Amino acid sequence: MKLRATARLRALIPALALAGCTGWQSAIDVHGASAISLKHLIVVIMATCSVVWALVIATLIVALWRRREARESAIALDPRRQRRMTLAVGGAVAATVIVISAFTVSSFFTTRQLTAAGADDLTIKVRGLQWWWGVEYFGSKPELRFETANEIHIPVGRNVRVQLEGLDVIHSFWVPSLAGKQDLIPGRPNEITIRAERAGVYRGQCAEFCGLQHAHMAFFVVAEEQRAFEAWTALQRDNAVASSDAEVIAGQRVFLSRPCAACHAIRGTAANGKIGPDLTHVGGRKYIAAGLLETTRGSLAAWIADPQTLKPGNNMPMVPLAAEELRSVSAYLASLK
Amino acid sequence: MKERIVADVSRLSLHGTGSASTTWWGTLGFMLIEATGFALAIAVYLYLMSIAATWPTDAPTPDLLPGTLVTLTLIASVLPNYLVSQWAEREDLRKVRIGLVVMSILGIVPLIIRAFEFYALKVNWDTNAYGSIVWILLGLHTTHIITDLADTLVLAALMYTRHGRNRRRLGDVQDNAMYWNFVVVTWLPIYGCIYWIPRL
Amino acid sequence: MRDGETKRDIRDTDLDRPALEAALARIWNTPEGLWGALATVDHKIIGRRYVITAFVFLALGGVLAMLMRLQLAQPEARVLGPDRYNQIFTMHGSNMMFLFAVPVMEAVGVYLVPLMVGTRNIAFPRLNAFSYWIFLAGGALLWISFVLDMGPDVGWFAYVPLSGPQYGFGKRADIWAQMITFTELSALAVSVEIVVTILKQRAPGMSLDKIPLFVWSMLVTSFVVIMAMPAIMIASSTLILDRLVGTHLFNPAEGGDVLLWQHLFWFFGHPEVYIIFLPAVGMVSTMTATFARRPVFGDLAMVMALIATGILAFGLWVHHMFVTGLPRLGESFFTASSMAIAIPAGVQIFCWLATLWDGKPIFKTPLLFVIGFIVTFVIGGLTGVMVASVPFDTQVHDTYFVVAHFHYVLIGGAVFPLLGAIYYWFPKITGRMMSESLGRSAFWLIFIGFNMTFFPMHILGLQGMPRRIYTYQPDMPWHDLNLFVSVSSLILVAGFLLFFFDAIRSARRGLPAGDNPWDAPTLEWATSSPPPSFNFSYIPVVKAANPLWEQPDVLAVAGGLRINSRELIISTVASAEPEAREASPRNSIWPFVAALATTVMLISSIFTPWAVVWGSIPIVVALIGWFWPKGTPEDES
Ligand code: HEA
Ligand code: HEA
Ligand code: HEC
Ligand code: CUA
Ligand SMILES: [Cu+2]
Repeated sequence: MKLRATARLRALIPALALAGCTGWQSAIDVHGASAISLKHLIVVIMATCSVVWALVIATLIVALWRRREARESAIALDPRRQRRMTLAVGGAVAATVIVISAFTVSSFFTTRQLTAAGADDLTIKVRGLQWWWGVEYFGSKPELRFETANEIHIPVGRNVRVQLEGLDVIHSFWVPSLAGKQDLIPGRPNEITIRAERAGVYRGQCAEFCGLQHAHMAFFVVAEEQRAFEAWTALQRDNAVASSDAEVIAGQRVFLSRPCAACHAIRGTAANGKIGPDLTHVGGRKYIAAGLLETTRGSLAAWIADPQTLKPGNNMPMVPLAAEELRSVSAYLASLK
Repeated sequence: MKERIVADVSRLSLHGTGSASTTWWGTLGFMLIEATGFALAIAVYLYLMSIAATWPTDAPTPDLLPGTLVTLTLIASVLPNYLVSQWAEREDLRKVRIGLVVMSILGIVPLIIRAFEFYALKVNWDTNAYGSIVWILLGLHTTHIITDLADTLVLAALMYTRHGRNRRRLGDVQDNAMYWNFVVVTWLPIYGCIYWIPRL
Repeated sequence: MRDGETKRDIRDTDLDRPALEAALARIWNTPEGLWGALATVDHKIIGRRYVITAFVFLALGGVLAMLMRLQLAQPEARVLGPDRYNQIFTMHGSNMMFLFAVPVMEAVGVYLVPLMVGTRNIAFPRLNAFSYWIFLAGGALLWISFVLDMGPDVGWFAYVPLSGPQYGFGKRADIWAQMITFTELSALAVSVEIVVTILKQRAPGMSLDKIPLFVWSMLVTSFVVIMAMPAIMIASSTLILDRLVGTHLFNPAEGGDVLLWQHLFWFFGHPEVYIIFLPAVGMVSTMTATFARRPVFGDLAMVMALIATGILAFGLWVHHMFVTGLPRLGESFFTASSMAIAIPAGVQIFCWLATLWDGKPIFKTPLLFVIGFIVTFVIGGLTGVMVASVPFDTQVHDTYFVVAHFHYVLIGGAVFPLLGAIYYWFPKITGRMMSESLGRSAFWLIFIGFNMTFFPMHILGLQGMPRRIYTYQPDMPWHDLNLFVSVSSLILVAGFLLFFFDAIRSARRGLPAGDNPWDAPTLEWATSSPPPSFNFSYIPVVKAANPLWEQPDVLAVAGGLRINSRELIISTVASAEPEAREASPRNSIWPFVAALATTVMLISSIFTPWAVVWGSIPIVVALIGWFWPKGTPEDES
């Protein structure tokens, strides 16, 4: 069983490489308002520093290899040359002061520019857990609230306030193509504003070391046009619809009768566990297990069959299932679009 | 390399006192370390207070009596402490011996009252962060008293042996006295923190 | 007493040279054998031991680094599992910082400072012996736990709650915290010794303006240690309390605070990096002067820069916490203060450049390392200035960009000077030269290998690669660079291996060095190589900042010390006027016993808080044994 699962995982890997992502996880391939101004700042500061470095090295080279007249002894110093050197060093220090003052001021203004969230912005809440992300959307009415996991949809061109809540240890919310990062700290709610300028799928990853599976704690931000976004929210709000397919129905029965329901919620069924990700629409999400595997029936089956081999140490135990049960439960989950 | 003798140090006194002695500077160095430690512990107290909704958190304000008694004993001990230092300076071994016995007692008394202080806090170290930090502050200072008391006891014993009559040992007595003053001085801000800040 | 003293008294002026040296050797030498090795208080023996131990930790830490590079060379590699990887990077960081970088700088100070200020032994020699044993015990604790699969796995700054009672399982985080207690205890003790040695034991005439720059750097460093290390002692002790007896300082559910840990840690952690860097600055200044054949330009400015860095170091800690959501205005303050560090750093760089400009550089291996230092440290410093900008840092914090920054400053800024310093002082310590040709090859391998290994990490960081990940997925665009980095690190290791080989070989078979092979100006070169146990036959008298350049042939000295007991000169703080003669303690086994007792107490206290109570009893006994007078002339005078 275990062997089969890993073999299946191997087969998946090439498929993953093709996964269509426009803005990959990069601070220089930027598609969000904040990330764009950050990139400006980064480029300006780096360019200036490169010049500073080049000047230092040029001076060093000349200092080492310039021709010089012999001196009597180590301590016979030429007072005129000393004075000139004092001036040169003084000038360089003055230049340093100017450069760092400029850096400080431009950093200050860049920061001010970033934190510009308005009152009518879309607000969502993101929770960090070892090692996945819980996402909560609100609406004007309590019924409009819904939860999902590891995938955030946002409308293009609109500020989104992301409230950050750390539930166990510290994590850090980071989608470099859209904005800088911000920590999720237990006991200290935080907030960050993101805004995508172009539609696309942007990868994010937990940036603060949070234990065994810190490496596999990714998520995706899907930025889409307002219409598509609204359609998505409408879909997400709905309960899970179980199709009439026999295998799917069997799968649901397995899910509800096994420990799965104690940890996972599937709205519209009796399952309302809070320990693991909400699975109401898991089949419609691009990846499972916080960016580990692209969502397919096969990957779901591989995951459920042996989560500890795929993501060692994660908080989902291996629940022993017969081959038949495994097939049906993965069919069921895959059907939850 | 050839050497040329240009200075004669043979007439210098053997073993300086005060700032001419390395022990004095060493004691100062360790006092600086400990003072930084105490300052940080107090900073932690104030930090926790600044983020707490109520202070003291889920506990009554601590009782004043034992803490104040300790404070008074400590302050009172400064005078004999000063005298011991003076006697050591004048190499009056007989008085130093008596003084050190007195100082040992003055080290034990606050420790006995200290035991009641922990009750007077009216909170446990594992109740909440407030309880933890007051216990830590009190614990730190108690260790402080115990260390100096141990030092005083050893010195007192030493003074009754043949090693007592010695400039160097008497210098140690003076350094020990300096350290005791430090123990007293560090207590005052801690006392203020634990007992008076919650009353403000 | 007086009478007896004059009768027994023999002064150094009473004897001719060979008799004097024999008499001094009789009183100062460390006896052969195990007992002598355990009881010695000679700062040179202890310093050498300290340096060698620290280099062993460097090699061990380097092996861990290679394991990490092996794992990261390919996506989803299975060389190491997440649990082992986390232990390994934590061990690598903690080992490099607490067991290698800080101790090695202290160690060089322990060896050199007494020689450079012209005294016979460090102040509080027994404390010095104690601090070495405690350091060794801390290192052993960490490594033995690692071998037993109990190594800490929470990163070198052990953030709570991950390291707290709820999430840090087993004893791993406790072992980290207690290792901290050991090494900081030892560093604090050494710092007090160095401060007192510098303030009170300088050779007559070595007024403040004549103190060598390396000694200044050790003085400032020691003060930084004294003010910074208490923070980590408090942090590690309270972490253990939270874990062991249920206090709640870091538990937000009970009024504690998670960020409190970060404040405490970085209040120490930032100064820590200057504790590593400032001695390196001192080494660079020393070597630059010797090989540029002129005193360092602007030595007053250099001293001011050292002091300014030491003071500013305490106002920067929040720059490690820029993404924790602290108030923006406060963060801007820390941007400004962090950037301000560039001023003293700039002053130093510019003064070295001026020195080289005006001097007549001689390209020996130590100078090569100095040049390598300038090239790489400036890169590291400039990336430091970059991450000091809050908005910039929100993109690169906790990525490989920061990993690149700190390896540039740690290796480029501190290890390069250290390696240069080993080449430079090796002849003094062993009496033999290291190989110039192997030295050059080692330098180039290390310099090229280093840049090839760590430069690409900047790009990886900007490409979004977080640090502390045990693996990454094949579809991330990081694999080529990671493979490149891993392969390049082999060049770096080859360079280190060559260096180790050269050092070990030269210690036995290097060319004899003579007293002053580099024609250097400072006092440690005024005595033989290796120096005798008593350092100087007569205590030097200093009249100039570069005594051996001002007066190359004769050494002015002071006479009149007793030689039938260990004696040295105490001088005034500012002008170094001789003030008193002082006895210096003899060898003693008690520091070793006390260290053993302390070790038992500290390690047991990981398992039961009561160990603090019963464990203190042997410590008290050992301390009484240590301080109780034994009736030697040193005790009784
Ligand atoms: C020897 C060690 C050392 C040294 C010397 C430095 C030096 C500096 N460091 Fe570094 N730093 C570390 C070791 C060191 N650091 C470590 C270990 C970490 C990571 C810890 C961890 O997270 O694990 C770290 C992390 C770190 C951070 C946190 C980054 C993050 O986690 O996101 C920051 C942020 O401000 C920073 C800033 C600086 C600055 C401003 C300097 C300055 O002192 C640099 C000054 C020098 C220069 C600027 C170059 C010379 C000057 C000139 C040539 C003049 C001209 C210059 C200008 C015009 C700008 N460092
Ligand atoms: C002075 C400190 C120092 C030094 C010298 C080094 C040296 C090296 N470091 Fe280190 N590193 C840190 C301090 C240091 N590091 C710190 C503080 C961290 C952060 C940890 C954390 O996140 O908690 C870190 C993290 C760190 C990471 C990031 C890990 C992660 O985030 O997942 C990486 C990755 O490549 C790395 C690599 C290397 C490499 C390749 C070297 C190379 O330079 C090593 C070169 C090799 C040698 C020095 C050994 C040579 C000798 C031998 C091979 C044995 C021969 C034996 C004998 C002769 C007896 N380091
Ligand atoms: C003890 C709690 C627990 C049980 C029981 C459990 N899970 Fe999970 N599950 C988790 C956790 C925690 C995660 C998140 C793991 C991660 O990504 O680190 C998870 C993740 C998942 C995911 C991926 C979700 C996503 O969006 O990333 C699926 C699918 C899943 N579980 C299905 C199941 C099924 C089917 C069962 C029963 C056979 C089951 N789980 C039993 C805790 C549990
Ligand atoms: Cu969550 Cu790293
Ligand atoms: Cu810092």
